[in-house]
Amino acid sequence: MADAMEQLYQQVILDHAREKHGYGLEQGAAGESFQVNPTCGDEVRLRVHLADGTAAPVIERVSWEGLGCSISQASLSVLSDLVAGADVARADELTETFRALMSGRGQPLDAEREEMLGDAGAFVGVAKYPARIKCALLGWMALRDALAHALTAEPSIVAPDQEKS
Amino acid sequence: MTTTAGPLTATELIAIREDFPLLERTVRGGRPLVYLDSAATSQKPECVTDAEQDFYLRRNAAVHRGAHQLAEEATEAYEKARAAVAGLVGVDAGEIVWTKNATEAINHVAYAMSNATLGRGGEDAAALRLGPGDEIVVTEAEHHANLVPWQELCARTGATLRWLGVTDEGRIDTGTLGVINERTRLVAFAHASNVTGAIAPVAAIVAAAHAVGALVVLDACQSVPHLPVDLRALDVDFAAFSGHKMLGPTGIGVLYGRADLLAAMPPFLTGGSMVEVVTMESTSYAPPPQRFEAGTQMVAQTVGLNAAADYLAELGMSAVAAHEAVLTEHLVRGVAGIDGVRVLGPTDATDRLGVVAFDVAGVHPHDVGQVLDDAGIAIRVGHHCAQPVHRRLGVHASARASVGIYTTHAEIDVFLEHLAGVRSFFGLGGSRG
Ligand SMILES: Cc1ncc(COP(=O)(O)O)c(C=O)c1O
Repeated sequence: MADAMEQLYQQVILDHAREKHGYGLEQGAAGESFQVNPTCGDEVRLRVHLADGTAAPVIERVSWEGLGCSISQASLSVLSDLVAGADVARADELTETFRALMSGRGQPLDAEREEMLGDAGAFVGVAKYPARIKCALLGWMALRDALAHALTAEPSIVAPDQEKS
Repeated sequence: MTTTAGPLTATELIAIREDFPLLERTVRGGRPLVYLDSAATSQKPECVTDAEQDFYLRRNAAVHRGAHQLAEEATEAYEKARAAVAGLVGVDAGEIVWTKNATEAINHVAYAMSNATLGRGGEDAAALRLGPGDEIVVTEAEHHANLVPWQELCARTGATLRWLGVTDEGRIDTGTLGVINERTRLVAFAHASNVTGAIAPVAAIVAAAHAVGALVVLDACQSVPHLPVDLRALDVDFAAFSGHKMLGPTGIGVLYGRADLLAAMPPFLTGGSMVEVVTMESTSYAPPPQRFEAGTQMVAQTVGLNAAADYLAELGMSAVAAHEAVLTEHLVRGVAGIDGVRVLGPTDATDRLGVVAFDVAGVHPHDVGQVLDDAGIAIRVGHHCAQPVHRRLGVHASARASVGIYTTHAEIDVFLEHLAGVRSFFGLGGSRG
């Protein structure tokens, strides 16, 4: 296959898509979010688990389940690694940095932000394909939403497991 | 272009392709485009864009208003288009209502029924009233455009939605025709599925519906561009299709309604152009089809669609169907023959169109589409606005290749070759091709 595809589907991405770190919903979450990508029907349910006994809230880990393409699944897997142990400010910073990468049309970020993203930097090629940016962002949107629920301690808006009809 | 009964000759196909300038372009860094997404929207021959341009440059005016010469010419063009489209599908011009697309056409019927239920249209429209105990029947294979409006109509009127099942092969299960019973008031189904490509057993469904006095709505979006369709002979009461899938412009769709039914139907959209006498208290409505064409109309698009209908008629719909039947056979057999790829729909070319949805084991449709796109091959990925049939066939989404009159055997070869390499690109099992 052509180089463009090797660049988009970097080995790190394919590995994460297979390994799916954080996969499998766990009990005891502080907040949950259900997101769908209406163009393809892909969906994810993501839960944020906060650490006990910290002064300011710290994400202990996230757990998730979803259906989606390799880009969305790999992005969730990478996200799970990145945000484990992060406080809220750090999680926001990671989210913003990843969004910046996605709006960069395939240009890498500066070295400092690149380093912050770790494996997530491999998604740089996705930003060249506007239709796929949503796939990569699905998990990050779920994180932001689940975190908002966790912090306001409002009951999560949970979509039904499957559409009714 | 000549009218042939059999498949097109190579020379004829080359001549057709020359009418579609877009097919000559390259994509993704110089790769020749292989357009296999005609079921989503067809490409347009130059005669269609020329007709629209000529209308704007030389005859543009509002129709059915004004006494000047341009208004006369525009109105004539608008009505001539109606006659051309009516001729293509075997009905009278007065039975053709212009809409924005097939979705709007189906909503016209659904809203006429709910307005009738509210008493609009008076006794003439009594046959269109619905209530608790009444049933509307669809199928599990419908596009959302022919499902959601009926769900909504049921929710507004208290009627119940029921559906015919789909077999594992993706065909409407005629064993479930018993769902149509004396409570059924309307049966709506697609002539051909935009996912499985299966052609519906129209005669059997229409017979079952009419036997209990139910109306039939045919979603002819996928059939009209690819098959000879005679709506009168099919004996359906309403039909809907979209211009953009039949070589015509976007922004123009068609509702066919049997003359007596249109005459009885209360309007859905109201306002200018669809009235007779308006006072501050009330309004009397124009006869069909104007009654259903509220507001300034999409005249240029009707002129473009006229050119598309003429183009198809000149080729001959049986020649179109014969050409596509050969392509369908090649496509469906080719896809079914690749290891790890499952066709979602019939695996032979009998009673099926060249719309072939498939599942690649272990690879998400988005990823399949991306790798093919890199080779210049345009296919559709996702649920194709038909989630229930995907669920029925055990998948969440699919990839779909579909042919058009301009598709070549060689393009399908290119597609099959690349499809055969997709699983190995993602590090999965052996593939052959
Ligand atoms: C079978 C079928 N019905 C209805 C539609 C809706 O057509 P439109 O979106 O043009 O209204 C489509 C096209 O997407 C279709 O394939």
